[in-house]
Amino acid sequence: MSHLNMDSVARATPRHLSRRIRGLSDRAIAWVFVAPTIFLLLAVNIFPLIWTIRLSFTNYAANRPNAEVQWIGLRNYERILSDPDTWATMQATAHFLFWTIVFQVMIGFALAWLINQKFRGNDLWTTIIVLPMMLSPAVVGNFWTLLYQPQLGLFNSIVGFFSGADPTSFSMIGDVHLAPWSIVIVDTWMWTPFVMLICLAGLRSIPDSIYEAAECDRASRWRQFWTITVPMVLPFLMLAVLFRGIENFKMFDLVVQLTGGGPGNITTLTSIELKREAFEKWRTGYSSAYAVILFVTVFGLASIYVKALNRVKDR
Amino acid sequence: MKTRLFAATALASLSAMAATGAKADELTLCWAAWDPANALIELSKDFEAQSGVKMNFEFVPWPNFADRMLNELNSGGQLCDLMIGDSQWIGLGAEAGHYIKLNDFFDANSISMDDFIPATVTGYSEWPKGTPNYWALPAFGDVVGWTYRRDWFERPELQAEFREKYGRDLGVPATLAELKDIAEFFQGRDIDGTTVYGAAIYTERGSEGITMGVTNALYNYGFQYGNPANPYDLEGFVNSAGAVEGLEFYKALYDCCTPPGSSNWYMSENIDAYRSGQVAMQMNFAFIWPGVHADATVGGDRSGYFPNPAGPAGHFAQLGGQGISVVAYSDNQDDALEYIKWFAQPGIQARWWELGGYSALRAVVEDPGFAASQPYAQTFLDSMAIVKDFWAEPSYASLLLPMQERVHNYVIAGQGTAQEALDGLVKDWVEVFEDEGKL
Repeated sequence: MSHLNMDSVARATPRHLSRRIRGLSDRAIAWVFVAPTIFLLLAVNIFPLIWTIRLSFTNYAANRPNAEVQWIGLRNYERILSDPDTWATMQATAHFLFWTIVFQVMIGFALAWLINQKFRGNDLWTTIIVLPMMLSPAVVGNFWTLLYQPQLGLFNSIVGFFSGADPTSFSMIGDVHLAPWSIVIVDTWMWTPFVMLICLAGLRSIPDSIYEAAECDRASRWRQFWTITVPMVLPFLMLAVLFRGIENFKMFDLVVQLTGGGPGNITTLTSIELKREAFEKWRTGYSSAYAVILFVTVFGLASIYVKALNRVKDR
Repeated sequence: MKTRLFAATALASLSAMAATGAKADELTLCWAAWDPANALIELSKDFEAQSGVKMNFEFVPWPNFADRMLNELNSGGQLCDLMIGDSQWIGLGAEAGHYIKLNDFFDANSISMDDFIPATVTGYSEWPKGTPNYWALPAFGDVVGWTYRRDWFERPELQAEFREKYGRDLGVPATLAELKDIAEFFQGRDIDGTTVYGAAIYTERGSEGITMGVTNALYNYGFQYGNPANPYDLEGFVNSAGAVEGLEFYKALYDCCTPPGSSNWYMSENIDAYRSGQVAMQMNFAFIWPGVHADATVGGDRSGYFPNPAGPAGHFAQLGGQGISVVAYSDNQDDALEYIKWFAQPGIQARWWELGGYSALRAVVEDPGFAASQPYAQTFLDSMAIVKDFWAEPSYASLLLPMQERVHNYVIAGQGTAQEALDGLVKDWVEVFEDEGKL
């Protein structure tokens, strides 16, 4: 901005305000500018967090505002951590998280690598591939319940066609062994394009000159892939894993529509359990403790991961 | 300019006041989105014509109904003036102050609870149960019953085959064991070139489905919610030998005789399966019967209806239905009470039944012509005579969710044994009552 412009801006400041500002140090002015954001962060993020921690030590129920609230110490935490259902839910979440990330990274990277090869119709294929992630998770959950229908579902028919099995002989969302995989398949179908796009950005950021130099050194394609492509895409890939990990840790809508957490508790993820405790059973104190445990878990894991990510980026 | 500004402000204020005035003559009624709700819209036109009050309706699909409406009540929301809430909400509605008490209003307007089917008064209106404290007017009587393909049952070749196999006629089952035989008989059978299945039963996990289904077996095999002398003494009643047998029966019925993929089915899925000719029988609330009767494919003489069959320890059926209450947070309570007064009239109740709503007024259901008025009317009466309801405690939701979980885990997922499931349920329920300070 030119000096003249700065001057006109300064002159446009109301006199009473400019007089007040003139008396402030640079540091104080900086605080004045940052204060609204800090206030907003405190009000929207920090205060609810502190309030949740406080509630987690009580028996408070939000649907009984008139009931006496008792301080019960660590009882909520003891109950949660000694409840086998909590660990079953954590296990279901870990299974979902691990396999969706593995499949999405593998397929997403492979698709990005293919799309990165210049061929005819490249843009059209990219558009088609990213379509699933543009859909609403609730819609995806609903129509996959139809695809998984043993009697008329396309998925069962295709599996039946290739395996020779009777399509009505298995139920993806009703069978205790298949249901965890059914949600992994749908999430992979929906979100692999996201990983693909990030990987594609990584692949396209590698300068051609590096490959040309490798060619001069007579490096094989395989060698180029492992010593150039993979290391240079790795930070992007790790970022994709972080995004998908955080997203899938709080996965709710898609799974609720698809399986409702069933059969039994097999696909009840932590977010579903938390919602049931908080807004169906209305055990606000208990669910606050649950939320704190989840927060600490995610925050801890994410911090370690971000440190690793930074180390890879600095290499 | 100032004059013009003043005039504009005055006009805007007047318009706002007029709008507020119009609002006062409107009522919003909240209920589930299902066939009877459409009948109520039709019925309410009479109230609108008589009172000049415009009726608005907020209908929410069943799987989200409790979630949405209980959140509305718990947050003190003013969306609903009238609430046709589920029977199990009555304890919460009364104790948390969501509903207004109607005793004085009933007395002042000569509305007597003796004029309604006793089971509906207990189920939909009273809290505490068995005391003359009324929080709702019975609005829609409902109960779980069965619909069956009469045209298939009456086929001579199937009759003969069934008789040869089971030594009795293929007809309406008298017991749950007989029902299972019939379901097994139809399972996987080819009828007119289509593979059909035995029965569609409630298996839904997310809201209340499997609980509303399994109780029809549990009650009849000996399950009780608690010691009759001490309602919160659960051990040996919830997990009695009979209750375990009842749960095993429901699992056996699911395993042997339901359509593939029916692991998360409730009302609408069962209706779809029945209407599309997939199943010989369906478990469902009575509200569906007018729709089945009118259906072009399976309606008329092609379908029949029967109450939930008896078991070795009794003859009960799960109560459904709702009462209509005035929401305590409403600013339009007088108009809302007027609506209830209008709704309670015998003439309106008779019209309610004609339109497809199940009236709970004795003058309607005890009318000599009632039983023959519809093919399902007698079944409705027989079913209403054997009803039993789930907990209606203020902590109803906290009691429902573990039951959904434990039963689904055993029946659908096949985890553990029936005894373990019910023992676990006792543990969960005891914890809820301890938290409530009732134990």
